[in-house]
Amino acid sequence: MLTVTDIDCFYGDVQVLRQFSLSAASGEILCLLGRNGAGKTTALKAIMGLVPPRSGSVVVDDVDLTKLPAHAAPKYGLGYVPQGRRLFSELTVAENIEIGLMATGQGKPTRDRVLDLFPVLRERLSQVSGKLSGGEQQMLAMARALCTEPNVLLMDEPTEGLQPSMIAKIREVVVALKQTGVAVVLVEQRVDAVLPVADHVAFIENGMNRETVPVQQLRDDPSLLHRYVGI
Amino acid sequence: MDGSICMDFGPYLLLASLEGAVQAAVLALTAVGLSLVFGVMRVVNVAHGEFFMLGAVLAWWISNMLTGSPLFGFLAALIFAPLIVAGLAAVADRLILKRLSYDPEATIVATIGLLYIIQQGALTLFGPDARPVAAPFDFRVSFPWFGYSGYKIFVILACVLVLLGVWALLTRTRIGLIMRATQFDRETAQAFGIPVARVYTGVFAFGAMLAAVAAVLIVPTQQAYYLMGLDPLLLSFIVVIIGGLGSLKGTVLAAAVIGLSDGIITIFFDPTLAKILSTILVAMILVFRPTGLFGTATR
Ligand SMILES: Nc1ncnc2c1ncn2[C@@H]1O[C@H](COP(=O)(O)OP(=O)(O)OP(=O)(O)O)[C@@H](O)[C@H]1O
Ligand SMILES: [Mg+2]
Repeated sequence: MLTVTDIDCFYGDVQVLRQFSLSAASGEILCLLGRNGAGKTTALKAIMGLVPPRSGSVVVDDVDLTKLPAHAAPKYGLGYVPQGRRLFSELTVAENIEIGLMATGQGKPTRDRVLDLFPVLRERLSQVSGKLSGGEQQMLAMARALCTEPNVLLMDEPTEGLQPSMIAKIREVVVALKQTGVAVVLVEQRVDAVLPVADHVAFIENGMNRETVPVQQLRDDPSLLHRYVGI
Repeated sequence: MDGSICMDFGPYLLLASLEGAVQAAVLALTAVGLSLVFGVMRVVNVAHGEFFMLGAVLAWWISNMLTGSPLFGFLAALIFAPLIVAGLAAVADRLILKRLSYDPEATIVATIGLLYIIQQGALTLFGPDARPVAAPFDFRVSFPWFGYSGYKIFVILACVLVLLGVWALLTRTRIGLIMRATQFDRETAQAFGIPVARVYTGVFAFGAMLAAVAAVLIVPTQQAYYLMGLDPLLLSFIVVIIGGLGSLKGTVLAAAVIGLSDGIITIFFDPTLAKILSTILVAMILVFRPTGLFGTATR
């Protein structure tokens, strides 16, 4: 269970998040939507402690992470799939996976299970990750995060630049995670790609919360999408 | 007339190459320390030569305290001088570099300051005199044409061994993986549980330690002196620039080229020419291949 309450985040003097809040329960898929520059990536980085909030709190299973250093995040169950993948691109696939495993001290069972989810990676273990195709890189970014055995998974535009078959694969993995009780926060621009699996949708505008609604409500009335995402 | 001058060209070249190889080996070790710090932390450590100097001066101090066999004193120096230097570097990292958030420009200025602090500290504590350090053993390897210091050959082998160790550490261990991940993307490294602050302190200490090890190894063939850090600093910079910033393979190859040619040109012509040539080489590389011979563009 992730609960973010009233966080303020800044880059230098520029405030990017204002009293921003969000929560995702175990087994819930929360989709965070907003225009370019609305502050979606910053919100995820704030949760990870990479952009420490100046005020407010980020609580995972009763632990307030805002008092801890950023590198503690995985130990408290946070997994992160960054925007643009951010693989260690000069390292091999196996090494990227190893880094995921090391984060929380996981071993071979986790490694095997994750590689079973993404068989393409198993064939490319010794390849330098920067040389993978875009889709394979995204698989690796997800695999690396899953290797930490997260309870809360933050994904930043995982479908960016991917073809439909890859998007379907990502949806499939996310749904499987949901069924094992992982809370997923999914940042997206491609609403059509994620709405089928989301439980709730939260809108963000200028770093501030807007409506948070059950996904069913958007299916019946897409006007919110029009207002906050422009479609 | 000195006998060696009458030697034939072949043996003379061998002698010059041996001298060059000693230089190259020590330089490679020193420069790899500088390169590692730059590669992982993006810090240009202008005080790197002072860590070398401290290693040498501490070697004198330690081996002088232990009046026993030179071998014992040397071994103690080889273990403790680099550890002391590493400890000092770790403190410098925490007190200075970390507070500057490792800003690339600010850290250059700060390490210039550190250079003077260490230099003046060494002058105050150990005095202005050049101090000899006894070699741990003394035997000559006899070639058909001349005898050569067995200790210098040991220095070459020891440097190669340490370099292989560094390479194995970086490519074969978890610590190395953590260092490389931090080098490529420190933010994402943090998101995967890597304590970047501690990695930085460790890398800075390790880089300084390599310089100190190089210094302890070579100081028995020179003398320990509080101003001796300048040459290794300049040569390391030359080597790191030629080899490509942050590229270890390039650094070692460039050290081999610079060290060997320096040794050979020094013996056949004169030391100034050697320095002029390597400076010209650096200038050319900065103009025509700014990323160095083996470097890739930095992101
Ligand atoms: N490192 C940074 N330094 C300064 N400003 C930043 C930085 N990163 C982001 N910003 C600014 O903060 C605001 C929010 O950026 P953020 O990346 O969180 O938006 P986003 O919603 O993820 O956008 P996108 O959909 O384009 O990924 C933007 O105005 C952006 O220009
Ligand atoms: Mg973004």
